[in-house]
Amino acid sequence: MTTPPREFQVVADVSSLPSGAIGARHLVWWGNIGFMVIEGTGFALAAAAYLYLMTQSPTWPPAGDALPGLLWSGIFTAALALSTVPNLWVLRCARAKKAAAVRWGVAGMVLIGLILMALRGVEFAHLGVSWDRDGYGSVLWLLLVLHTTHIVTEWAECAVQAVWLFTHEIGDDQFSDVEDNANYWSFVVLTWMPLYALIYWAPRAL
Amino acid sequence: MRPDQDRLDRLSLTWRDPPGLWGFLTTVDHKRIAARYIVTALLLMFLAGMLALDMRWQLSTPENVRMGPQLYNESFSLHGSTMLFLVSVPVMEAMALWLVPLMLGQRNMAFPRLGAFSYWLYLGGVLTLWISHALDITPDLGWFEYPPLSGPAYAPGHRADIWAQMITFTEVAALAASVNVAATILKMRPPGMTLARMPVFLWAMLVASIMTILSMPAIMLVTSMLIADRLVSTHFFSPASGGDVLLFQHLFWFFGHPEVYIIFVPATGFVSAIVETFSRRPLFGHSVIVLAILSIGALAFGLWVHHMFAVGLPRLGNNFYTAASMAIALPAGLQIFCWIATMWSGRPWLATPMLWVIGFVTTFVIGGLSGVMTASAALDLQLTDSYFIVAHFHYVLVGGAMFPLFGAFCYWYPKATGRMMSERWGRIAFALIVGGFNLGFFPMHLLGLMGMPRRVYTYPAGMGWEGLNQVATLGSVVAVAGGLVFVANALVSYWRGAPSGGDPWGGSTLEWAGEAPAPSWNLAYTPMVDGLTPMWNGGRPLRVADGVAIARREVLITSVTDADPLYRQKSASPSIWPLLSALAVSAMFIASIFTPWAIVVGAVPIGAALTGWFWPQRPRRSGA
Amino acid sequence: MTRIGVVAIMLLLAGCQGVQSPLAPGGDQATALHNLFLLMMAVCGGIYALVLVGLGWSLRRVRSAGQAAEVPERSLWGAAIVIVIGLTVLIVGSFVADRAVFASRRQGAMMVRVTGHQWWWRIEYRDPATGRWIETANELHLPLDRTTRVALGSADVIHSFWVPNVAGKLDMIPGRRNVLDLTPRRVGWFRGQCAEFCGTQHAHMALDVKVESVAAFEAWLTEQARPAPSPASRGAAVFANACAVCHAIRGTGASGRVGPDLTHLASRKSIAAGTLTMTRGNLQGWITQPQALKPGTSMPAVPLSGPDADALAAYMESLK
Repeated sequence: MTTPPREFQVVADVSSLPSGAIGARHLVWWGNIGFMVIEGTGFALAAAAYLYLMTQSPTWPPAGDALPGLLWSGIFTAALALSTVPNLWVLRCARAKKAAAVRWGVAGMVLIGLILMALRGVEFAHLGVSWDRDGYGSVLWLLLVLHTTHIVTEWAECAVQAVWLFTHEIGDDQFSDVEDNANYWSFVVLTWMPLYALIYWAPRAL
Repeated sequence: MRPDQDRLDRLSLTWRDPPGLWGFLTTVDHKRIAARYIVTALLLMFLAGMLALDMRWQLSTPENVRMGPQLYNESFSLHGSTMLFLVSVPVMEAMALWLVPLMLGQRNMAFPRLGAFSYWLYLGGVLTLWISHALDITPDLGWFEYPPLSGPAYAPGHRADIWAQMITFTEVAALAASVNVAATILKMRPPGMTLARMPVFLWAMLVASIMTILSMPAIMLVTSMLIADRLVSTHFFSPASGGDVLLFQHLFWFFGHPEVYIIFVPATGFVSAIVETFSRRPLFGHSVIVLAILSIGALAFGLWVHHMFAVGLPRLGNNFYTAASMAIALPAGLQIFCWIATMWSGRPWLATPMLWVIGFVTTFVIGGLSGVMTASAALDLQLTDSYFIVAHFHYVLVGGAMFPLFGAFCYWYPKATGRMMSERWGRIAFALIVGGFNLGFFPMHLLGLMGMPRRVYTYPAGMGWEGLNQVATLGSVVAVAGGLVFVANALVSYWRGAPSGGDPWGGSTLEWAGEAPAPSWNLAYTPMVDGLTPMWNGGRPLRVADGVAIARREVLITSVTDADPLYRQKSASPSIWPLLSALAVSAMFIASIFTPWAIVVGAVPIGAALTGWFWPQRPRRSGA
Repeated sequence: MTRIGVVAIMLLLAGCQGVQSPLAPGGDQATALHNLFLLMMAVCGGIYALVLVGLGWSLRRVRSAGQAAEVPERSLWGAAIVIVIGLTVLIVGSFVADRAVFASRRQGAMMVRVTGHQWWWRIEYRDPATGRWIETANELHLPLDRTTRVALGSADVIHSFWVPNVAGKLDMIPGRRNVLDLTPRRVGWFRGQCAEFCGTQHAHMALDVKVESVAAFEAWLTEQARPAPSPASRGAAVFANACAVCHAIRGTGASGRVGPDLTHLASRKSIAAGTLTMTRGNLQGWITQPQALKPGTSMPAVPLSGPDADALAAYMESLK
């Protein structure tokens, strides 16, 4: 049954192709998208769980629970939205392969992340309900904890990246990494907006 | 021409693993990782089969005292959880990890270290469940643990937590594998393999991966909510405190229904590959089969409520889900038609892989049709949670997914080992497994129709259930015997089988282009594709491209729709960090069964391991 | 194998008279579902036969060397049309059966409450004389040719109410109330069983169902509504001392609500939710060693002297 292996006929040479790419041409961009879809689905399902429990309850929030505070959450949301400006600037610098700008840009994002985490902490304190009070409190905390883990991991990633960038020569793949990280930051900002509307405005509007 | 020896030697040097144990722990070779996955899954399948035999023994007579209720409940919980979470889904991913790069003529997966991480984490889930079993803290509430039964009030101890965390393990592993498979298929197809020229197997794996990505977050979310209810007194599922028990079922089945198709869709990929090769003609209705897979993937997300017809949801919705559930029979039926039409107009060759396809069609169609019955919201009220359902899902999962898997195992075995399995023993195993399976499970339809509920550890005499239960027990013994023959055949052939050569079956797709067993670098050149069956070009030399590095690990990246070459991507070398990361994640998962602080504390080693993993190896900055 | 299966199904359809079987319908709801099942068997059986014939014929050329004729592409349309017609028939059939199952919804009906417990059934009827709810357990009586509306609830975990000869199953879910209509058309004893896994003793959560004429049913209900006598016997004293915290006997001081109401215990067909038949010996065994007979049950073993146990069993047996 043994047949000799098939012969080859070389008809092309790909050695002249570049050794890197930017944006959606890059392989890692697709891996990144894959994980964003996973996490985005998680957010969507958690939001669906919130809405489901809302339809099961005669009043929302349930009688006796305070409405979540608007002040600190508003400040956090504004700060998060504004962080898009420096983030997109870092993204642009990474695509243009400007080493110094990328180093200082990522360091700046680390600082911004710290501020955001502090604001989020205050936001938790003004939620008006504890997770173990009732189903409403549980699902509220679920949404907020889920998003907070993304802020924390994104901040940690920026911090590690900043340390590396300041100590090493930056190659094409690392500019791609900075790009992916900036895209992920945008993802964290974008996912918050519907969650913010749900947590703070759905109980007031509906 | 043939590649010269110098090129092969340099490729081997570039792609080799470190020797010995260190190489075992650090390898990122997709074939080694996939083989581990497959061997682990087969071992677990054996253990789950032993549990099944034990349960069949218990049920062979009324009021049997072989088992008490606790042991029986643990047995079916462990059997179901193992088969669904630790065998069926992982083994399909493993087949993708093993085959996808070979079928693409690539040297490795898109993210080699992610593949290694996926396996180690999966192993963590396996050990969590089975070491717990050894320690007598086996989960005992079935493979879906509905609250409030699994909640803090009715399930004290840690059995339910272990079940929930085992799922977290395997789902993270599955998600990692799926992102890897999807990115590889989308971005690493060889030049010329446009989406229109992609083999059905790759479509099936792509769709299954995307389904995994969209459905598994639901089960991770719902098991996390369950653990939170148990550990930090949240109230997601406690109706007295504004929670709702059905929320669990909705989220569980939003995952659970697609899960069935995540198992079945890869099987349609196996069947398509085998039918094509062994009918010795290109697949009939290639685009119909692909469209069927895509529509099954989409429909699967709209059907979850048909697992909940008996919970008393509004009837209008139930009737809608009835129609939607039955609609899936159309694409599934057309696929079957296309396979039969391929054989009809080809020259079928009944080697063992093809026998398994025939076993698949005759068995799976019964499961599909009983699925149409249970899809009726009205009739399901008599069928669900009875032995009819036990029969139905075994026909679907074993007949529809395991039989094609066994066929795929026989089909690609020579590519993995360089040796043929014995045809004679293959036929004996086939006859015993398919015959024993049908003998064991067909009577369960009747038992269900005679009123026997599932998950009962015993039943009274005089219900008329004894005879059929004994037939079922006999059938399962025969099937397990067949399984042992199958495994023995695989083991003996590994050392004694006839040498196979690279392409013993005259296969149609690119994995048959190279040597067998496939070397660490897979194929010496990058193939150029101009059709659906690139190996069937009349025996002419294969058109290939040179230029992907041989002195360093490199792969070719192409565009998503047209597979135009874009750039050359560095491919990861062996690394211990995936293992260390998996260990750190495992420690955190297990500790979080006991205290929520584990998540905070455990994040530190995880962060450290991931930093080590992704820390780029580049020259230090010479001074700012 | 398949042929044996088909023959077996035929035999079952013809001769099955099981007390817990969807194939032996004794009520409107189960009959509608049984008709749907027969339709499904006919359509699915036909399709399966087509598949087998096609598969068998496709293998006719196994040993041949030449090229076969191509299957025309338009045959796919034929397959699609056959499948769509089959599915349409079944979807319409399912819809019709669904309407039949719920046809009684619009009429008035007697209401009975059934509540699932780990692992028994609390059953409540309205006393026709006073309108108050009276309690019994593990045995449901239904009047023939009348629709009884069962309100299903749960006191702990999810259970499922399934009396297959009369109707399909419906879950009993904590925090929710489901309603199931039963219109029995055949007199006799049937058996139901919990169909949703509910913990250790899920297997021993059965329900005896008696369908009887309206007159017999009304006599039974009147009897059930009557309180038990309050004798000054040794057995009654033992009960008050050892059992009354959990069990109630109307007409005596015993009013526990943890376990089943025992006011007319001895009138029932079985004890411990279908686990044992109602005999003096079984009663005594159940009282003294419940964990051996139904491991995991909430009923604790009651440490009693021999004479006390005898007296208690005698008292229980008097609760007709």
